[in-house]
Amino acid sequence: MTKHVDHNKRLLLVAASMAAGGVAAAGAGTPFVMSLMPSERAKAAGAPVEVDIAAIEPGMMTVVEWQGKPVWIVRRTQAMLDLLAKHDDSLADPDSSIQQQPEYCHNAYRSIKPEILVVLGVCTHLGCSPTYRPEVAPPDLGDNWPGGWFCPCHGSRFDLAARVYKGVPAPTNLVVPPHKYLSDSRLLIGDDRKGKA
Amino acid sequence: MNAIKKLWMLALFLCIPALAVASGAGHLDKAPVDLKDSASLQRGAKFFIANCLACHGASYMRYNRLKDLGMTDEEIKPLLPEGSKPGSTMQAGMDAGSAKLAFGVGPPDLSVIARARGQDWLYTYLRSFYVDSKRPSGANNVVFPGVGMPNVFAPLQGEQELHVENHEGHETKKLVLTKPGSMKPAEFDATIGDLTSFLVYLGDPSKLVRPRIGYIVLGFLFILFLLTYALKKEMWKDIH
Amino acid sequence: MKPLKKLVDWIDYRFPIIDTIKEHATEYYAPKNFNFWYFFGGLALLALGIMILSGIFLAMSYKPDAQLAFGAVEYIMRDVQGGWLLRYIHSTGASMFFVVVYLHMFRGMMYGSYKEPRELLWVIGCVIYLALMAEAFMGYLLPWGQMSFWGAQVITNLFSTVPFIGSDLAILIRGDFVISEATLNRFFALHIAAIPLILVGIIFVHIVALHRVGSNNPDGIEIKKHKDANGHPLDGIPFHPYYTVKDSMGAVAFLFIFCAIIFFAPDMGGYFLEDNNFVPANPMKTPEHIAPVWYFTPYYAILRAVPPMFGSQFPGVVAMGIGNVIFFLLPWLDRGKVKSIRYRGPIYKVFLTLFVISFLGLGWLGTLPATPVYTWIARVLSIIYFAFFILMPWYTKIDKCKPEPDRVTFH
Repeated sequence: MTKHVDHNKRLLLVAASMAAGGVAAAGAGTPFVMSLMPSERAKAAGAPVEVDIAAIEPGMMTVVEWQGKPVWIVRRTQAMLDLLAKHDDSLADPDSSIQQQPEYCHNAYRSIKPEILVVLGVCTHLGCSPTYRPEVAPPDLGDNWPGGWFCPCHGSRFDLAARVYKGVPAPTNLVVPPHKYLSDSRLLIGDDRKGKA
Repeated sequence: MNAIKKLWMLALFLCIPALAVASGAGHLDKAPVDLKDSASLQRGAKFFIANCLACHGASYMRYNRLKDLGMTDEEIKPLLPEGSKPGSTMQAGMDAGSAKLAFGVGPPDLSVIARARGQDWLYTYLRSFYVDSKRPSGANNVVFPGVGMPNVFAPLQGEQELHVENHEGHETKKLVLTKPGSMKPAEFDATIGDLTSFLVYLGDPSKLVRPRIGYIVLGFLFILFLLTYALKKEMWKDIH
Repeated sequence: MKPLKKLVDWIDYRFPIIDTIKEHATEYYAPKNFNFWYFFGGLALLALGIMILSGIFLAMSYKPDAQLAFGAVEYIMRDVQGGWLLRYIHSTGASMFFVVVYLHMFRGMMYGSYKEPRELLWVIGCVIYLALMAEAFMGYLLPWGQMSFWGAQVITNLFSTVPFIGSDLAILIRGDFVISEATLNRFFALHIAAIPLILVGIIFVHIVALHRVGSNNPDGIEIKKHKDANGHPLDGIPFHPYYTVKDSMGAVAFLFIFCAIIFFAPDMGGYFLEDNNFVPANPMKTPEHIAPVWYFTPYYAILRAVPPMFGSQFPGVVAMGIGNVIFFLLPWLDRGKVKSIRYRGPIYKVFLTLFVISFLGLGWLGTLPATPVYTWIARVLSIIYFAFFILMPWYTKIDKCKPEPDRVTFH
């Protein structure tokens, strides 16, 4: 009991062991946390989707599934595009300044080609999927309705560039997913890297 | 007393895996499997996709996983069957029902076949088909008598016949090549070696990363052991 | 430090946290002469923690469905990120759990840890051992491979040998006429919920009982006989920090071996993961050679060693069952005056050595196909196995013990 105890050495060894043990614990925890991330199966199901858009008639919308979510593709008519600029003052974010779209879609039409709109059909309020209402001034939506989407859950409204109106629950415009054209009529949704298909 | 007991207990524990290795069935050729040889694995993968997948599936394996073997997206794309995405699993070209009608048994899924059978068994089996007119498929196999699978390797390997020699009541079985195929025997063996390597990888893809992570983990634990050992020694200076 | 102390005080007012820590760590006095064999109790606790944690994460991706179970395991092995590691942790952990539990039990036998006043502690430990076997057996069905299926089929069929009620009993256990999805579902429920809860509960009780009577030690003498002025045993040292640092060192060494297996030999040559279990369960085709996993093989060998009597396999089943539960009786079979093997006479040492040889020998034979020669060896070893227990009251009484020391010694 009389032997001299080197307290500093003990403290140092305790600290070193605890630190190394902490690193070991973090390392051991890694596979556990990793296993909570999407699996290869989920990633394969969420892989980019190729769509042939040649068959979409003007004014019509088609829905494809990407990462388990609906993606709308609309071929807008010239008349629809002309109407887009006429109701800016009733929109929450008419210039799309909040980044809900890739840079290449940051324009008046929120699209690469003006007529083709690609947008995620998930309401930015609580995730319902709004309904497509392209007709102008239907009785239930009022005289000022220039065509767009109406969310049945909580009544959010979006125009035909998927921009949100003022005074509705949804805070932001709908999201434009990354996409690119493989050819004139073939669209790849979910991947916008240049070069390879 | 204690130390001796410890030693022989340890010796007995170490014996167990050795016994497992010893209990194999019949003579099997040693498979030339080298999971570090990615060129061999890639050749095996291409051969597997081009040939085996016609009847067998590997339904837990995804095509894009071939990146493990050092293949790129561009190299994988041409291997995909019509209608498959890079993330699709490897499904058999033939549906299970018609396969069962044709061969009597459905061709097994090959995802984990190397784990069930062992690499040496596969390597030997795939090279041991011989002509047997008594079988509906016209072929039999030395290590899998009465096998349902026809000898799809005949065009490559050629045809073999089974010669049974009797030396004083001691039977020896020998396969003799009677009609050469498009490959020389050494070339065919190498091809099957590549295929076996790929099947071993396919059985447990983690095999490629496991040793690498393992050395890091063990190295780290060794350092941690030294630290805890030093700490224990230091603290136990109090105890007399 | 001030706010921390405040928090501790706040808690301690409502929950006896300081007393708990004192009683079970800083002022739990353990004998200072623990040797190598005293690592395994703590390691068993570590193994339990590893199994529960990895099991929870595996259950997130597993599917207890006869059509999907086999694929779900491969899904974990390939598609779930890091899933192969979780699965190998769990499969290796099962075997390592038994390795440390067997060594822990052997320690208890060597040093007479079951003798007065630790009889109840030992009995609780035996219950843990039985629960652990049930847990392992049911877990082994879940991968739904050939060995899962046929192993479960054979074991549940053992119950059908019980006279009169046997076949109904087997059907009750399986929920079907053969192992089926009904069995898979109930085994899953028992494996992930019921038995783990029981295990955790009785392990807690095991530790409470241990701290009540205090740890035995390699000398098998009671350290509470000699106390200092403060009432602490002279040969005892506080569990914390002395045994926490020592057990940490042991845990790291254990994890080193554990990880070496996980990363370099998760199959362990077919002993931890059997080859045939990589073939999906097929009720129409029995594999050529069925053997349970290694930790059950001693009992499996006893089962096969007993010949059918009166046209029934039941005696073998009974022998296996008794071989399993006979450990419960040790405290009352042993009439030796000393606890530790260090001070026992030569007869006990010979019997214990023979017992270990018979246990390991039976374990080895249980993995092999039964040939006539092996069956006879298994019979001899089974007799030795039971003789160790049955003759114990006699040979421990006549054995010449050496005098125990007054104070603990270091070897």
